[in-house]
Amino acid sequence: MEISTRNLEFKYHVNTPFERLALYDINVTIPPNSYTAIIGHTGSGKSTLLQHLNGLLQPTVGEVHIGDVTIKAGIKEKNLRPVRKKVGIVFQFPEHQLFEETVEKDICFGPLNFGTPLEKARKKAKKAAQQVGLSEDLMDKSPFELSGGQMRRVAIAGVLAMEPEVLVLDEPTAGLDPRGRMEIMEMFANLQREQKISVVLVTHSMEDASKYADHIIVMHKGTVYKKGTPKDIFSSPKELIELGLDVPESIRFQLKLEEKLQQSIGKVTLSIDELARQISVYLKRGSTSQ
Amino acid sequence: MKKEMIQFDRVFFRYDENSPYALKDVSFSVYEGEWLAIVGHNGSGKSTIAKLMNGLLFPEKGSIRIKGLPLTEETIWDIRDIVGMVFQNPDNQFVGTTVQDDVAFGLENHGIPREEMINRVMDSLKKVKMEGFLDQEPHHLSGGQKQRVAIAGVLALRTDVIILDEATSMLDPRGRTEVLETVREIKNKENVTIISITHDLEEAVKADRLIVMNEGQVFTIGTPDEIFSLEDQLIQLGLDIPFTLKLVKMLKNYGCEVPSDMLQEDELVDYIWKLAQEI
Repeated sequence: MEISTRNLEFKYHVNTPFERLALYDINVTIPPNSYTAIIGHTGSGKSTLLQHLNGLLQPTVGEVHIGDVTIKAGIKEKNLRPVRKKVGIVFQFPEHQLFEETVEKDICFGPLNFGTPLEKARKKAKKAAQQVGLSEDLMDKSPFELSGGQMRRVAIAGVLAMEPEVLVLDEPTAGLDPRGRMEIMEMFANLQREQKISVVLVTHSMEDASKYADHIIVMHKGTVYKKGTPKDIFSSPKELIELGLDVPESIRFQLKLEEKLQQSIGKVTLSIDELARQISVYLKRGSTSQ
Repeated sequence: MKKEMIQFDRVFFRYDENSPYALKDVSFSVYEGEWLAIVGHNGSGKSTIAKLMNGLLFPEKGSIRIKGLPLTEETIWDIRDIVGMVFQNPDNQFVGTTVQDDVAFGLENHGIPREEMINRVMDSLKKVKMEGFLDQEPHHLSGGQKQRVAIAGVLALRTDVIILDEATSMLDPRGRTEVLETVREIKNKENVTIISITHDLEEAVKADRLIVMNEGQVFTIGTPDEIFSLEDQLIQLGLDIPFTLKLVKMLKNYGCEVPSDMLQEDELVDYIWKLAQEI
């Protein structure tokens, strides 16, 4: 399923003294079975854009196409249920939204709400729990007895159990330990490949954006500043730094080193391995000035 | 001799009688003026330690001393004058309707006279560089600014120890840097002891000492050099090694001679620069 926006604009509190332009001129496409990262600093409009992807917000100008549903400015779209089922959003700190007595009930909540019969919902819950790496003996526990990392997994399983075609993730690993972070990011990457779904990742981690995404959308002051592959985006790192954004660690190090050496060591590197190889080649051939 | 600020002696703690121990036989000391980072996987007991340090929880067995004072129900108010805490979520720790009211709140609770209070509020907001925001409403601030105000609230109390309980984990990279730089400046100027509970390895690298927690127990204590030389063991504990160390390992794979204990980015940049000069 494809999601695209056309000339999307969004204003908060229209026709009130608090009116505020949050997004404008947004034209983006999330192709089927793709992995898109949205980056931009706090207040750039990332989270507002994300809420348009399943109709939680409706544009004040322009339109959003979600599969074969079109949400147009000014026209109230009545039946958004199919859209909400197909586009699952995992919000920041989703464990704050857990509320059921048991892990299983919490994961089943979504499918039941969309009319799945109980037995089938339980099957879906079991599968989703497996996908996020929750062991079966946790299903009857209260989610509130679990550790923070496990609670996060329960909340994510609740979205996966609805079997969305597009999975939208808002900072899904914030507050997790390094292993938890890696496991969860790898899980999303596998899901995207194996289940042929699309993932949209909103993140501050430039490492994750460059490692996992096929496309990156850079948001700045309410509009799209730039879009492209990680290579396209990070090939001009100084531009990103001027926008107040981070760049992947390997690039940051490379910039620092090049400043000290007063010369380039070659193309911009996106991984530690690439960086190390480039430095070793540079050292072996000697600096080009000699 | 380094002065002990906080002492944990064979501390056991569990949240209720039927659950397993969250802390098992935990002993360590925190020294005056140091930056101590506590790292460990989710659920390893880090935050429980923080809550025990200022009497939000009490040990089941063992003892805790703060500046020599045993932690008990009777001493918690004295101890909270010594140990201040900044929590994870910037939105959950505001009580005042303006920035200055919020900083003053803690002082009112401690019965500080008004004149003195006004001085301290201004003084601590200057230290976190938020003196231009006195009458702003907290919800108009960025996450990093909110956390700096929370730090000012602790500074105003003039506590000897500040605990940062994952205080930067909900911030964006810029907010994180802002907060950590502020704390570092304050620590250097005021000789405050900082205890930082964190998953951020780049922050841990800059600490004076590290405690690694694992499943409710102290796994090891040491300087960043000592701790990060454990490499694979850390990864097994669900942790990771910092960027600079990963790069050093990779450089070795490509045949570059780099010392293994190089943890700080600037050190490595200088080292490579020197290698380049020798060619």
